[in-house]
Amino acid sequence: MAELQEKDSAEALVAELHKKITEAFDVFDHENNKVVDVREIGTIIRSLGCCPSEGELHDMIAEVEDEEPTGYIRFEKFLPMMTRVLLERRYRPSTEDVLLRAFEVLDQNQKGFLTKEELIKYMTEEGEPFTQEEMEEMISAAVDPDKQVLHYRDYISTMVVEER
Amino acid sequence: MGCGTSVRSRSPAKKSERAIRAAVLIQRWYRCSVARLEMRRRCMLSIFQSIEYAEEQAQLQLATFFTFMLDQCSHPSSTGKDWISHLFHSSSESLKSSEAHELQEYSKVDVPDSYQGLRLSFPLAISDTNALLHAFKKQQHLHARYVVQLLHETKKFLKQLPNIIHLSTSNCKEITICGDLHGKLDDLLLIFYKNGLPSGENTYLFNGDFVDRGTNSIEILIILFAFLLVYPNNLHLNRGNHEDHIINLRYGFTKEVMLKYKSHGPIILQLLQDIYSWLPLATIIDSKVLVLHGGIADTTDLDFLSSIERNKFKSAVRPPRPRSESSHSGGGHRREVGPKMSHLNSHLHPRHTTPELTAAEHKEWKQVLNILWSDPRKQKGCSPNSFRGGGCYFGPDVTSKLLKKYNLKMLVRSHECKQEGYELCHDGKVITIFSASNYYEDGSNRGAYLKLRSDLVPRFVQYQVSKCTRKLTLHQRVSAAEEAALRSLREKLYAHRSELLAAFRKYDQEETGRISSSDWALAVESVLHLDLPWRTLRSRLVRVASDGSVEYLSSFEDLKMEQPIKQVQPNLVETLYRYKTDLKIIFNIIDKDHSGLISIEEFRQTWKLFSSHLQINIDDAAIDDLARSIDSNKDGSIDFNEFLEAFRVVQKFENKAIH
Repeated sequence: MAELQEKDSAEALVAELHKKITEAFDVFDHENNKVVDVREIGTIIRSLGCCPSEGELHDMIAEVEDEEPTGYIRFEKFLPMMTRVLLERRYRPSTEDVLLRAFEVLDQNQKGFLTKEELIKYMTEEGEPFTQEEMEEMISAAVDPDKQVLHYRDYISTMVVEER
Repeated sequence: MGCGTSVRSRSPAKKSERAIRAAVLIQRWYRCSVARLEMRRRCMLSIFQSIEYAEEQAQLQLATFFTFMLDQCSHPSSTGKDWISHLFHSSSESLKSSEAHELQEYSKVDVPDSYQGLRLSFPLAISDTNALLHAFKKQQHLHARYVVQLLHETKKFLKQLPNIIHLSTSNCKEITICGDLHGKLDDLLLIFYKNGLPSGENTYLFNGDFVDRGTNSIEILIILFAFLLVYPNNLHLNRGNHEDHIINLRYGFTKEVMLKYKSHGPIILQLLQDIYSWLPLATIIDSKVLVLHGGIADTTDLDFLSSIERNKFKSAVRPPRPRSESSHSGGGHRREVGPKMSHLNSHLHPRHTTPELTAAEHKEWKQVLNILWSDPRKQKGCSPNSFRGGGCYFGPDVTSKLLKKYNLKMLVRSHECKQEGYELCHDGKVITIFSASNYYEDGSNRGAYLKLRSDLVPRFVQYQVSKCTRKLTLHQRVSAAEEAALRSLREKLYAHRSELLAAFRKYDQEETGRISSSDWALAVESVLHLDLPWRTLRSRLVRVASDGSVEYLSSFEDLKMEQPIKQVQPNLVETLYRYKTDLKIIFNIIDKDHSGLISIEEFRQTWKLFSSHLQINIDDAAIDDLARSIDSNKDGSIDFNEFLEAFRVVQKFENKAIH
C-alpha cells in the first residue's frame, strides 16, 4: 500500500515536472511547432533552476541535438533529458553562502569589494570567460558607477531578493 | 618541469586553482540569473502580446453587437426603436463635406491674434518642416487652421497616387524603410537625427501604423504629411491597420485629437478618414521588394489590388458600404431603413448584414483586409488569424509562391512588435521592421529601421529611446516593464472574477480555498484563453502556500474598485469593468459631437441592448439605479468617460507605496 502511494506520488512529481518543462519550452517555441532555437536552450535549462557550467551545458545540448544538427532542438528529445536532470537534482544552484565565499576568494585582501578591473580580469580571463556583452551587462548591473567597485555582499543579497 | 620547482609553486598554484574555481562558480551563477531574467522578460512580452491580441479580437467582436443593434432597429416591436431612430436620424450629414465645403472649413477657422505658435504658409517649404520639428520638440501645438489646411492638401496629393507605388534605388542613393511608429514622436525624431531628414538625397518609406497608443500621433502625421508635400518623390507612405477610424476609437488617437483640438476635432477626424482611405496600400522597390504593412494571403493578387478603388475602404475592419446605398446618400427617394443603415454602416462595421455587397466587392475588401492585418508563421499554408481576429497567418510556401509569381526577391512588412526591432523569417524572405521602441512599456523592445541600396541587401539600424540619462540595467528595465504587464494581467483576472471563482471551485469541492498549481493554471487558462505560462507567473499573481498549493482567493484580495456608486450589484460592477472599453467606444459613437456627454436615456438604452446582446442577466431596476446614480447633478446627461474611468482596479499596496 505504502509502495503504491510512493509510486503515485513519484508519478505525480514527474507529471508536474513535465508541465513545468513544457511551459518553459513553450515560452521560446515562437511558432508553436515544438522546436526551439539551439541558442535558447541554455536559457530554458537555466531558467528551470539548473546551473550547469558552459561545458556541462554543451554536453546536455549534444545529448538532445539531432544527429545532423539543424540549429533547432525538438521538444520530444528535450523533455526526457530535462526530466531526468531535474529528478536527479543535478546542477543545483549554489547557495548564497557558497557564492559569497567564492567572491571572498577573489577578494584576496579581504577589502569587502572587488574593483571593476579585478572583476573584469577574473570574469573574462578565468574559468569560462564572459563575452564582452555579458561583462558589460554585469558591470552595469553590479558595479557602483561612482566608486567603480563591486560590493559583492550587497550585490548578492539584492539579487537573491529580486529572484525570490 | 623539474621536481624541485613543483614543491615551491604548490601554494600559488593551489591559490590560482581556487580562484579559477571561484570564478567558474560566479560565472555559472551569473549566467543562471541572467537566464531567469530573460525568461521573465519573455513572459512579460507574452502577456503584453496576448492582451493586445485579445483586445483586437474584442474590437472585431464588437461588430456583432452593432449588427445586433441594427436588427433591433429594424424590428418595430423593439423597445429601443425610438431611441435608435433618434440616434440615426440626427446623423450629421453636415460632416459629409464636399471639396468646396472643406475649402471653406479651414478658412472659417479663425486664428486668434493671441496665437503665439507656428504659422504655416502654403505651398510648404523646407523652412516650414524645420519649424514644425522645432515646435514639436518644444511640445507646442499647431493651430487647427493649419492642420486642416495641411490635411486638405495632403488628401489632394494622395488622391492622385496609385494603389501600389513603384520606387527605384537608382533615383536615390538608398531608401530607408520605417515600421510602426504608433504616436511615438521621440522615435521619429531619433530616426531623423540618426539618419537625416527626408530630402532630395534621403528617401524614406513609412510602412503604416503612424497613429494610436502613443501620445503624439497627430504630430507624427503632421510631420510626415508636411515632408510628403515638400518632397513628394522622397517620402512615401503605406497604409497600416491603425489608419482606420474604427480602430482609432479604441486605441487612443480619436481621444488625442479631441483633447488637443476640441471643437475642431471632428473636422480633423473627418478629413483623416478620407486621407486614410487614400493612402497607398503597398510599395514595390526596384520591382523586387514588396513593402506593405501586414502581410499576404494565398489569395493576394497584386494586379487586382492595383485596380480597385482603394478609397472605398474607410475602415478595413468592415466591408465597405454597398455602392447602391452610398450613391443615394445625397438625398432623394430612400427606403425607410436605408438612411439609418447607411449612417450606421459609415460609423460601425457589422460583418454579416451586408446583403447588397456583391461578390466582387467582398473580394476587394478581403484583399485589403489581408494585406493590412496578416502575420507570417513558420507553418505552411494560410489560415485565418484567429488570435487577432482579422487577416490571416501565411506560411513560407505562401510567401515563395507570391514572390515567384511576381518575380520578387523579398517582402518587407511591419505590424508586429519585435524585441530587436526587426526579425527575419521564411528563410530570410520576409522581414519584419518595427520602429516604435519601448512599445509596450519602457524597456520592452528596441526599434529599428531598414536601409536598402541598389544591391537590395537589407541593412538594419537599431535604437532605443531612453528617457533617463543614466542607463538602466537590464534587471531594472525588465522589472519595470514586468510590473506593468502583471498589472494588466491582474486587471484581467479581476474582470473575470465570477467565472474564475466558479472554475477554481470545481477543483476545490471541499472549499478549502486551496487548489494545486496545475489545477489553478488549467482553471485560469480555461477562462482567460491567453495562452500564457501560468505556472511561471503563478507566484506573481497569487499567494502560494508552503505545500505548493495555491490560495486562489488571494489574487482578488489586493484589488478594489474605485467605485463611484454604492447601490449597484457586485456583478454589474464586474461586467461594467470588463466591457469598459467596448462601452466607451459605443458611447463615443453615440456622442456624435464628442462632448463627452450622453443623455441618461441613451445610456440606459445602450446598456440594455448591450447586456441583452451579451446575455448578461441584470435586471432593469439595477440599470435604472445605476443610471440615476451617475447623473449626480440631475441634469439628465452623464459624463461617461469620467464614469468609466472610475471603474479602475487599483492595487491597494501600490497606492500606499505612492502616497
